[in-house]
Amino acid sequence: MTTLQILGSGCANCVRLANNVDTAARELGMEFTLEKVTDIQAIVRSGVMKTPALVVDGRVMLYGRVPNVEEIKAILA
Amino acid sequence: MAIQENQLHIVEQQINHTAQRNALLRSVFLIGLGLSAWWEIYSRLAGFADWFTYSLLRLSPITRLGTTVQFMIYETPKVLMLLVLVVFGVGIVRSYFTPQHTRAILAGKRESVGNVLASLLGVVTPFCSCSAVPLFIGFVTTGVPLGVTFSFLIAAPMINEVALVLLFGLFGWRVAAIYAGTGLLIAMIAGWIIGRLKMERYVESWVYETPAGSGLDEDTQLGWAERIRSGREAVRDIVGKVWPYVIAGIAVGAGIHGYVPQNFMAHIMGKGAWWSVPLAVLIGIPMYSNAAGIIPVVQALLQKGAALGTVLAFMMSVIGLSFPETIILRKVLRPQLIAVFVGVVAVGILIVGYLFNILM
Repeated sequence: MTTLQILGSGCANCVRLANNVDTAARELGMEFTLEKVTDIQAIVRSGVMKTPALVVDGRVMLYGRVPNVEEIKAILA
Repeated sequence: MAIQENQLHIVEQQINHTAQRNALLRSVFLIGLGLSAWWEIYSRLAGFADWFTYSLLRLSPITRLGTTVQFMIYETPKVLMLLVLVVFGVGIVRSYFTPQHTRAILAGKRESVGNVLASLLGVVTPFCSCSAVPLFIGFVTTGVPLGVTFSFLIAAPMINEVALVLLFGLFGWRVAAIYAGTGLLIAMIAGWIIGRLKMERYVESWVYETPAGSGLDEDTQLGWAERIRSGREAVRDIVGKVWPYVIAGIAVGAGIHGYVPQNFMAHIMGKGAWWSVPLAVLIGIPMYSNAAGIIPVVQALLQKGAALGTVLAFMMSVIGLSFPETIILRKVLRPQLIAVFVGVVAVGILIVGYLFNILM
């Protein structure tokens, strides 16, 4: 089971990233949970200063941009 | 066996290396091709607009409709093309600067030096208003002084590539340079003043209690392919978002250009009207528009007799001080500090406005 988290205040880019991550994880046939983290303190604690960010099992894998589904698949695989 | 595997590995690496170099050569070639095509089209835009308006549509250059249409047909592709080029270039430059990197440069700097550096870095560090809060906390909790952080937060939105392209395209390089120079100066001085006022206690107390993580891997070792990709992404994101505003702004500008009588603005926004500068700032602060929408309109006003200082003040307050951003910052700043922030920047803009009305 992989824990995927999207860090961000809920702006348009965060929603786009969440959708792309969801699609990518499904296409890879992963078992996963997807969670949105909007708490600003939690975001800052992870060291992210540019939202949105993708956290996979507690590790920040990317931040500050919204890659397409193919690229996210490469990150998740 | 082990040696063979090793050799195989080396061969694989070489193949990878060659593939990467080929990809790089291909993108360099494509960029070169793109640039020359860009220039070929760009240099013909004025001729095309004249031909389209005066020959094809048979409008007369002395009629209002004629000048309006010509303005529209010339300025729209010109500004959009400049925008694509500059945003692509800025996207590549920005791939060298991450917030982590910028913070590392600013942490522990003396205030005066820090304010200057922070303002300059504000221009090149990628940052959008939705990241203002995490960025603010990330800065102040790791030793970047409050005033230096403000220099960064003021410069970043005020001097952005979209504003500079439009200013250059519609006003020429001198106005663009004046805008960038005075904008930087305001960011440096306003940040320095906020630092001198020792306003730290007006930052919400939980901010300093938040331990900021710094365990992020630096991804500054990007290859050229990734940098070019970030340039392309910047074009897609930024130009994709602002083009309707550019067209709308140019359309309104074209209308003013063709239909508003010469010197109509002189008595409202002219040099003689002393109250026009504060009024422009007061109207500009709550107005939230991106540079793309406001600059073409302002350019037309300038042509109709508005004073440059007044126009600069208006643009700066619209672009640099935005209502949504102050609301976002309210999460981390007490109202007193927000008031000081808006007040100091507004006074800076006022001074710039009056200065240019007097000097030019």
